[in-house]
Amino acid sequence: MTELNKLTIAAARDALKAGDVTSVELTRACLTEIDAADALGAFVHKTPDLALEQAAAADTRIKAGDAPDMCGIPLGIKDLFCTKGVNSQAASAILNGFRPEYESTVSQNLLDAGAVMLGKLNMDEFAMGSSNETSVYGNAVNPWKVDGRNLTPGGSSGGSASAVAADLCLAATGTDTGGSIRQPAAFTGITGIKPTYGRCSRWGIVAFASSLDQAGPMTKDVRDAAIMLEAMCGHDPKDSTSADLPVPNFEAMLTGDIKGKVIGIPREYRMDGMPAEIEKLWSDGSAMLKDAGAEIRDISLPHTKYALPAYYVIAPAEASSNLARYDGVKYGHRAKLAAGDGINDMYEKTRAEGFGDEVQRRVMVGTYVLSAGFYDAYYNRARRVRNLIKRDFETVFAEGVDAILTPATPSAAFGLGEMADADPVKMYLNDVFTVTVNLAGLPGISVPAGLDAQGLPLGLQLIGRPWEEGDLLNFAQVLEDRAGFVAKPAKWW
Amino acid sequence: MLDHLAYEAPAPKVIAGAKEDWELVIGMEVHAQVASKAKLFSGASTQFGAEPNSNVAFVDAAMPGMLPVINEFCVEQAVRTGLGLKAEINLTSAFDRKNYFYPDLPQGYQISQLYHPIVGEGEIIVDMGPGVARKVRVERIHLEQDAGKSIHDMDPNKSFVDLNRTGVALMEIVSRPDIRGPEEAAAYVTKLRQILRYLGTCDGNMQEGSMRADVNVSVCRPGQYEKYMETQDFGHLGTRCEIKNMNSMRFIQMAIDVEARRQIAILEDGGEIVQETRLYDADKNETRSMRSKEEAHDYRYFPCPDLMPLEIEQGWVDDIAASLPELPDEKMARFVKDFGLSEYDAGVLTAEAENAAYFEQVAKGRDGKLAANWVINELFGRLKKEDHGITESPVSPAQLGSIIELISADTISGKIAKELFEIVYTEGGDPAQIVEERGMKQVTDTGAIEAAVDQIIADNPAQVEKAQANPKLAGWFVGQVMKATGGKANPKAVNQLVSRKLGL
Repeated sequence: MTELNKLTIAAARDALKAGDVTSVELTRACLTEIDAADALGAFVHKTPDLALEQAAAADTRIKAGDAPDMCGIPLGIKDLFCTKGVNSQAASAILNGFRPEYESTVSQNLLDAGAVMLGKLNMDEFAMGSSNETSVYGNAVNPWKVDGRNLTPGGSSGGSASAVAADLCLAATGTDTGGSIRQPAAFTGITGIKPTYGRCSRWGIVAFASSLDQAGPMTKDVRDAAIMLEAMCGHDPKDSTSADLPVPNFEAMLTGDIKGKVIGIPREYRMDGMPAEIEKLWSDGSAMLKDAGAEIRDISLPHTKYALPAYYVIAPAEASSNLARYDGVKYGHRAKLAAGDGINDMYEKTRAEGFGDEVQRRVMVGTYVLSAGFYDAYYNRARRVRNLIKRDFETVFAEGVDAILTPATPSAAFGLGEMADADPVKMYLNDVFTVTVNLAGLPGISVPAGLDAQGLPLGLQLIGRPWEEGDLLNFAQVLEDRAGFVAKPAKWW
Repeated sequence: MLDHLAYEAPAPKVIAGAKEDWELVIGMEVHAQVASKAKLFSGASTQFGAEPNSNVAFVDAAMPGMLPVINEFCVEQAVRTGLGLKAEINLTSAFDRKNYFYPDLPQGYQISQLYHPIVGEGEIIVDMGPGVARKVRVERIHLEQDAGKSIHDMDPNKSFVDLNRTGVALMEIVSRPDIRGPEEAAAYVTKLRQILRYLGTCDGNMQEGSMRADVNVSVCRPGQYEKYMETQDFGHLGTRCEIKNMNSMRFIQMAIDVEARRQIAILEDGGEIVQETRLYDADKNETRSMRSKEEAHDYRYFPCPDLMPLEIEQGWVDDIAASLPELPDEKMARFVKDFGLSEYDAGVLTAEAENAAYFEQVAKGRDGKLAANWVINELFGRLKKEDHGITESPVSPAQLGSIIELISADTISGKIAKELFEIVYTEGGDPAQIVEERGMKQVTDTGAIEAAVDQIIADNPAQVEKAQANPKLAGWFVGQVMKATGGKANPKAVNQLVSRKLGL
């Protein structure tokens, strides 16, 4: 079998079970590709020895029979996940050299299922960014190119998106606080799902904004997302916000039957100045679902326009507190101190050196919105907006809507460095279609649905009812089947 | 059931300034460590005196990605404490983050309950002497994490941090400003400590830091406090200063007094009090401002997103309520009523639950007052001499009860009883048997006593004459008879015989 690294999880699983291939072979194929793909900047810590050891163990387990679906599948893990004994730095200088003594619940779940970790993946520093340009490792690069220009793979899970799109691994973990799985998935032509808040444990994942962060799979297709999500999620008593609910067999729910289901098209997502090709992609997507027997309904989510400002109050507020622990006292980077420097000097120097500009910006914004005199005007108001946004969704779901279709991003991938001098708010606009989902705690999935005029992938987003990831994946499967997106980036790395 | 004996409020402490009289107004925030083996949000041990940084879970050290999980036992102790203070229990409460930087606060925030505490309004009746007590309202009790310990004096250039305490569960018990003097403040802490110890929710060990108090002190002119009580408008009261981290009853009183005098001096000088936190320096007996204005903390409280609101069920609260022990006020009232004790004695006996339990075993079916005298004067006195607590008493309640029975039955005299007590204390054994074996029984045989009386009268004619002139001197003969009989003669019988023989 050639080019094993290009297999989907489902295909690899079947081949492994049939004995046509071994996990060690799969893993070797990926490791070879990874070594040849440094230009993508996707893998920032490679763990080949560990991977081969895990692959050999997986092969033994497969031979013994009754191995889980993920057994022997080589994966990349976002640097935000703490992985025992392996650098876990959230792409930040402040966690330089940090190797945790513990394994995050999500990555442990995958390891328990027999998955193989190839290494750690690039991302925006502390998952703050939409282009993977805030990483201490340097940016990851999109395998898709236009006119020889290097493009962003999106962010914050840019390394994960790049690695999966370039077939360096079969799939990768991502995390999504405001769109960090769905936007990079859309930019690189892959599938990414953010499950319902509470579906995946946050234990062991470096926190950005605790009430919004969720882990999810980034895969080559919808079926893989279903298989991998099932292995990642589940109740975790170590995370008080983790839901004590049974995990269904998501793959079994991919029936392709959506007859009579209602798909909502929210009018507020039709933004001024939205590119015509995004408009067209959206209406094409809606036609595909209609063609499959779904009812298409215009709906209103009236508070949508307040979502982005509310998000950029709540997320930095939580981040400012979550990142207070990086102070140079216990682990990670500590600045060299001058004679006579006191504890405040140590904090200031350490954090000035350790945090990049975007992280510093958000810590400052977050500190400001929580401070005395501003708390009600910003943080509390944002919380009220959040409740209204949540209620918007509850209302349409109560009225019979089964899922909501929107574009995933306002544009295709943009050039690296292109936004360097832009107002940071322009970068934040990348999240305009995705943040509502995090604020409402809902599941959302991005599915590649077409190419723009330059030949770059575009994604559509489906938003589901809470805890109904199975149904959501089924809608996504229908979209995937009808869109027939098979384009691959030409290999240049 | 009688909850508390009748009482009247004490007069507030008045300090005479250079120009006029001032009254004190005091509120307290007591941090009581929950008697739990594990921390509030981690499974790490809370054992005191462990090797530095040995009781630290990943979440206590704020390792990346670590999350807090509430310890249900600590929640139960807070509810129990609330019930013990007759307070409202909030079935829904929530945790907030209090953000500030300090090396012994690894997360950069303390998880506390600012907006929705688990316990609401309650009260503590602070006894100030028989029939005198102050009712102090409790505003709230919330659960929070303790910080670690910074050590600055081990090295000239470095500071060290011990995270063993980090994350230990504290109950912050916040009073209304109902305390009116230094003695009341100390008595408030004493009473609170007593209740917590009865409930078993805090060991009350102030030396180990299990209980620490922040004391809010202000002064006002006479009459202002009454206006505050009528309206609950703090505008009638003076500006307060908070004296942090007090863990000695004596220093609490000294600090309040010296702080009040500082405020009075400023006010009489036409100055204004700045609301601030201050530290008490016991060596210099003064309070000092802890931080300057530009360093004033803005704690940026907000709901902790790692924890869901804490929901508890009424049924669970009811079960805890049903398991509460008899509390000090009720026990004291019952001791007064059932055993006929004085309020003072009842207060001494109920100070510690173990003492009260011991006393009850001694007094049961016996003379309560006599039992109280023996427990308080003989037993406590003897134990104190050796710095022992009641649980280390070599004399069991049954043994002491038996001694009291021997006294009540006139089998031994009070004097012999003390000797017997000492024997039981040092050697052990059954008191009745000891009395029997060592011939300590009281001589009630009038024939034997009479012979001794006759002998002494015959030997001391001069004394006889004096006593006949002044009957008060008959006591001398009684003493001589007791001496002659080795203390075993029944004093009542000796008295009667001496009087009759001397013809008094």
